[in-house]
Amino acid sequence: MTYHDVAAFTQSFSLLLFFVLFIGVVIYALWPGNKKVFERASRMPLDNDEHDPSTQQEPGGRT
Amino acid sequence: MAVAKNGEEMSALSDALAVLGAAFVAFLGFYLTLFSKDPVMSFHGAVLGVAAVLSAIWVLSSLSGRSEPQPFYNDGPIKFAAVASVFWGLAGFLVGAIIAWQMAYPVLNFDLPWISFGRLRPLHTSAVIFAFGGNALLATSFYVVQRTCKARLFGRWSPWFVVLGYNLFIVIAGTGYVLGITQSKEYAEPEWYADLWLTVVWVVYLIVFGGTLLKRKEPHIYVANWFYLAFILTVAMLHIVNNLALPVSLTSPKSYVIFSGVQDAMTQWWYGHNAVGFFLTAGFLGMMYYFIPKRAERPVYSYRLSIVHFWSLIFLYIWAGPHHLHYTALPDWAQTLGMTFSIMLWMPSWGGMINGLMTLSGAWDKLRTDPVIRMMVVSVAFYGMSTFEGPLMSIKAVNSLSHYTDWTIGHVHSGALGWVGMISFGALYCLFPWLWKRRGLYSMRLVEWHFWIATIGILLYITAMWVSGILQGLMWRAYDKLGFLKYSFIETVDAMHIPYIIRAGGGSLFVIGALLMAYNLWRTARGDEPVDAEEQPRVAAAPELRPALAAAE
Repeated sequence: MTYHDVAAFTQSFSLLLFFVLFIGVVIYALWPGNKKVFERASRMPLDNDEHDPSTQQEPGGRT
Repeated sequence: MAVAKNGEEMSALSDALAVLGAAFVAFLGFYLTLFSKDPVMSFHGAVLGVAAVLSAIWVLSSLSGRSEPQPFYNDGPIKFAAVASVFWGLAGFLVGAIIAWQMAYPVLNFDLPWISFGRLRPLHTSAVIFAFGGNALLATSFYVVQRTCKARLFGRWSPWFVVLGYNLFIVIAGTGYVLGITQSKEYAEPEWYADLWLTVVWVVYLIVFGGTLLKRKEPHIYVANWFYLAFILTVAMLHIVNNLALPVSLTSPKSYVIFSGVQDAMTQWWYGHNAVGFFLTAGFLGMMYYFIPKRAERPVYSYRLSIVHFWSLIFLYIWAGPHHLHYTALPDWAQTLGMTFSIMLWMPSWGGMINGLMTLSGAWDKLRTDPVIRMMVVSVAFYGMSTFEGPLMSIKAVNSLSHYTDWTIGHVHSGALGWVGMISFGALYCLFPWLWKRRGLYSMRLVEWHFWIATIGILLYITAMWVSGILQGLMWRAYDKLGFLKYSFIETVDAMHIPYIIRAGGGSLFVIGALLMAYNLWRTARGDEPVDAEEQPRVAAAPELRPALAAAE
């Protein structure tokens, strides 16, 4: 196997791999079932962060 | 009961391990002190040894307080890193201003080797990137990962080891530069023994961060943590590969890099550009995705966009390095690849910028009322500007004019002062009252002053460097009608004198702004009553105090 064989294989294979991975990421981001998870996640910084187990039983309370 | 006993045994074990580790490090340090023939390496061995002995004493002396109840979050190391970030920021900006004045008036190096441009320049870059920026990243990443995972930092002594060990690395690297120790790789100047120490610290950082993610009580990992994790992992990889070197002997600071020629250059700029991409971008994007929503009290504009932003940014950035080596011995295809990926980076960069800015939608009035928000928004605007300029400069035709000129310096500083500096200032202004449990910053008006002084300083800096860089590039490529170069090199140096003075002035303004911040944060941490509490948003107060403030309104 020459350098050119290896280069040709990795170049086309990597293109395919990264393209498929990217499409996968876009599908994951747009998947309707994930909408709820992401809506909640987008508010995560706003969650009450004075969390102290002695005063607050359930983590994840909102202000 | 069994759980409590188990916990006690675990903490006893970690105390014992901490002391053993410190003893081992102390042994290594004093071994170097005694057996190295190089005085600087002996000095560094002593610094390492003394630091290890002090740490062991600290661990042993805290044994008696082991059973005291702890607060839920581990904020001690965060406080240390936040203070260290302010301290190193001041030092790094000041050294930058000094060398900027040296460029305008070379006599200012007083012919002393220790403060010559060649030694102070790596001191400046390392102090601002790794010491100021690095400590800001340590502080915010530890803060954000605990709050968004609803979990205490993983490890008993390891978070402290990460923060203190990282700052010890900075001391060893910085004193080494001034005393003449360098391996001459840009942004990777420390020699092999300092690199090994940083590797250990960084692996523990990954364990602490990853361990906290693993014990999270939230099922979803918030996007800021993804950015921080990419930053930690990639920097580990870059640091290890770029610093592969063979020391002359185990007691000599000198080492030889294992790559040579164009492979070495490519490895160096693969490292160098990803230090920008993953240290100065991904890490600070993590900061943006937590502190802007938090401070604006608005959810992230589009969480879906943030996911696409993250994955496309990290996929593309890693290939952009070759644009630092246009028109060199690097094969043409690699140069074109670097250029292509740099141009593609426009998309995720601007996607991220839009996501950060639009998080303020519905709360634009806060730009007027809260200078901390304004600082972070201007930071994101500078991010957009410098990530527009960067791809432009990576185009080979543009690069043939801009490379090796001050345009590059201007570009770097619009990213460093504008984006990294301002987002870190914003995060520090948030963190100090939150960590020290204050009802707000000491003075919001000082933040206002800091904002304007720093912004004007940055604009002076960037515009002066555009003028100087393009002038320089055009003068270098000017030919007379006989085909001879029109200008000698010294004529180009002379032409840059006035822009250099303006640049040094802009940089000095930035230092003044940072001094105001240090004073303001010191008064805040000390517990002084805010002078303008009524002008501060409720979110400026520590989380514990917000319900009481809301009730009082």
